[in-house]
Amino acid sequence: MTPFATLLERLAFTPARNAKLRLIGDYLAHTPDPDRGWALAALTGGLKLRTVTPSLLRALAEDRVDADLFALSYDSVGDLAETIALIWPAPDQGADISLTQVVTTLQTTKKPDLPALIAGWLDTLGPSERYALLKLATRGLRVGVSARLTHVALAQHAGAGGPPADRIGEVWHGLAPPYPGLFDWLAGGPEPQTQARAPFRPVMLAHPADAEALAPLNPADFAAEWKWDGVRVQAVAEGGGRHLYTRRGEDISAAFPDMVAALDFEGVIDGELLVRQGDATAPFGELQKRLNRKTVTKAMLASHPAHLRAYDLLHWQGRDLRPLPLTERRAALETAVAQIANPRIDLSPPVPFTDWAALDAIRANPPDAVIEGVMIKRHDSPYLPGRPKGPWFKWKRDPMVVDAVMLYAQRGHGKRSGYYSDFTFGVWDGAALVPVGKAYFGFTDAELRALDRFVRHNTTDRFGPVRQVKPDLVLEVAFEGLNASPRHKSGLAMRFPRIRRIRWDKPAAEADRIDTLRAMLPADPLTSARGG
Amino acid sequence: MQSLPTMPGRDGLGFAGARVIIMAQQGPEPMIAEPLLMPTPAGLYCPRGDFHIDPVRPVPRALITHGHADHARAGHGAVLATARTLDIMAIRYGADFTARRQIAEGTIDINGVTVSFHPAGHVLGSAQIAVRAGGQRVVVSGDYARAPNPACEAFQPVPCDIFITEATFGLPVFRHPPPQAEIARLTASLAAFPDRPHLIGAYALGKAQRMIALLRQAGHDGPIHIHGALQKLCDYHIAQGIDLGDLRPATTERGRKLDARIVIAPPSAFAATWVHRFRDPVIAHASGWMAVRARARQRGVELPLVISDHADWPDLTRTITDTGASEVWVTHGREEALVRWCALHQIPARPLRLVGYEDEPE
Repeated sequence: MTPFATLLERLAFTPARNAKLRLIGDYLAHTPDPDRGWALAALTGGLKLRTVTPSLLRALAEDRVDADLFALSYDSVGDLAETIALIWPAPDQGADISLTQVVTTLQTTKKPDLPALIAGWLDTLGPSERYALLKLATRGLRVGVSARLTHVALAQHAGAGGPPADRIGEVWHGLAPPYPGLFDWLAGGPEPQTQARAPFRPVMLAHPADAEALAPLNPADFAAEWKWDGVRVQAVAEGGGRHLYTRRGEDISAAFPDMVAALDFEGVIDGELLVRQGDATAPFGELQKRLNRKTVTKAMLASHPAHLRAYDLLHWQGRDLRPLPLTERRAALETAVAQIANPRIDLSPPVPFTDWAALDAIRANPPDAVIEGVMIKRHDSPYLPGRPKGPWFKWKRDPMVVDAVMLYAQRGHGKRSGYYSDFTFGVWDGAALVPVGKAYFGFTDAELRALDRFVRHNTTDRFGPVRQVKPDLVLEVAFEGLNASPRHKSGLAMRFPRIRRIRWDKPAAEADRIDTLRAMLPADPLTSARGG
Repeated sequence: MQSLPTMPGRDGLGFAGARVIIMAQQGPEPMIAEPLLMPTPAGLYCPRGDFHIDPVRPVPRALITHGHADHARAGHGAVLATARTLDIMAIRYGADFTARRQIAEGTIDINGVTVSFHPAGHVLGSAQIAVRAGGQRVVVSGDYARAPNPACEAFQPVPCDIFITEATFGLPVFRHPPPQAEIARLTASLAAFPDRPHLIGAYALGKAQRMIALLRQAGHDGPIHIHGALQKLCDYHIAQGIDLGDLRPATTERGRKLDARIVIAPPSAFAATWVHRFRDPVIAHASGWMAVRARARQRGVELPLVISDHADWPDLTRTITDTGASEVWVTHGREEALVRWCALHQIPARPLRLVGYEDEPE
């Protein structure tokens, strides 16, 4: 467990992507099979283990530690697994147990035998390993490692002659931990034949464009359709297997059983996952309530039914359509959706236009609040993985903009170490400023230095790496959308906020009011179509 | 490091032979009949000897356990401390930090109360203070540690009737790993990120020199860069016979990046623009608190190193047993848990709730 526990500790405190890749790469290079395969599965949520419950852990701790001392400790540490890992009375330098042994034993142990098994391991392991074990067993590993990051790390591990990350991502879902075939492949062996059905295919992405970028292009070569504000997904139903993947290849099937049940076909559809409420498409905030869940309640299934709006067809009844031009794939998609004949799956309608100016006008006034712009695709474009330059463009609606006041600043990491680079900002609610969001990009390096100086000269209080500042500086914040959110003090949550301009000139009193933001909420389609 | 040479005192006034007895003129009622020591707002007070131990405000006579700022303050009428603590106070506050001073050597009589200083293993010069009168022996631990520390004198348990203990890490979750294991984690990080300078937050007195000494023990014999705030105290440790190897100032021309592998700085430096001179640094912090993930996260640390100059839970409890004390008072830290432990072991104990001492100095 020691190398895995060490990796977890480092990943937990390492925010930078490249540093994470380095840590995972080092682990892959120095860890034998099958340990490293199990570790990958654990990091990416691909381990199916019997779950050890918090109440089981509490009972174990009560057997070993005075209840008062445990309560005082838990109160100070704040995390059950961590408290037990630290407080467990065992030698600090115990013998190690391999990750493989832990995983395979946990997979086969019957529930009544779990307490004795866990206690025995805790007696043997050191504190860091105990923490890793308990997080693994309670399925509480949250280390910010996506499947995509793992694929990039694997590609880097394989080196120049090995498979690229996209190809690994494609094969990944067909493999089962501890992935022996995958590691053979990375070492120069044959590409593994995927055992599982319905694998993920790398998604085709668009480049952002504006009027200027589109001007030299012939509008007659392109088709347009709405860019819906949901989650881009790939719905795969093949050979009896059904999966819903994000565009990064994360399998989100478990959170959307209603959608998976509707995948009653043989093929691969590229589309937008949305939530329908009555006849209307619900705003992104409603869909968000269903994301990142391992299970979903019946009530949620009824109140927030999932829906797929189809953009493209990659496979149909055993045939790979990706090399075909868009016009042919679109025709096949229309036939396919008609055949599926499920109200949960519909077509993203085409948006006819004559020239770029006309499309600009359409883009600025979409018929539905849950549209964030238009997609522009060459009629003759095949479906290519990644983000090829030329065939596809996205032309987003102008962002919403608000003038907010900087309230807090937090120091960054890595290249931004020592700079205050993460800013919490607020707007006026009566005579008070209420925080409405946090942004950490959008500014140049020179602006970062100026912001850092402002924070240092205007600090009014400090909390660890966070400083409260005099509410004097107005930031023009651009964002892609706004949702009602009971979890935020302001009741609002911004999507993708960034600092567009620093308004050194503007007095804080003239920053926007909370009412301005509330009027931007999508509940009222009249005001949500356009922001700022 | 054995038998460090001691420095001669600058004067010897203030304590020995002072016979003026002033009964407690302030503070709460004594909690037991004729206590040898009692808590007051200024700190622990000995009515019979008319002196304070580690007072948090200026007093006529102060006995100081060690040089950390929350225990050693400037402005007392007279200070009795180890030679090294007196030196350190002079370095920090200037030579005029007190009107009179006396080096604690052997046993000293103060108004009929006998006091003696014993190594506490916390930082260079740190001491426990034993106070004896009328057949009663009280030991004030000050801050102490029992793990081997190449940068200071080793702790010695002192038998007593009442043991007045610190409790900074007074919870059973605190079991400090061997410092060598933490240095090994740092070494592994240096290998994993050879292109990133490692900035280690460590308090200027004690922790910084201990980190350097531990790195030297582990075979890091290259240059270690130190923040300007550490210079004088590192020089003092070297003068006292502690080998810190090749130390270089972490200074640079304005706007230039400093090419350094290992840099030690007080944690406060990470909030200053001083950090800007390093390209993509790994921020580490050496403290017992780093055992708790939430604490490390609050500090924005990328590499938490659990290295402490305080006793951990096993050492706090073992020391109570070693002193043979029949009663325990807990000065500051997590008093409740240690009092609970004493109750479980049938040792009368009470929290003193002294104010003014920080979890970590500076």
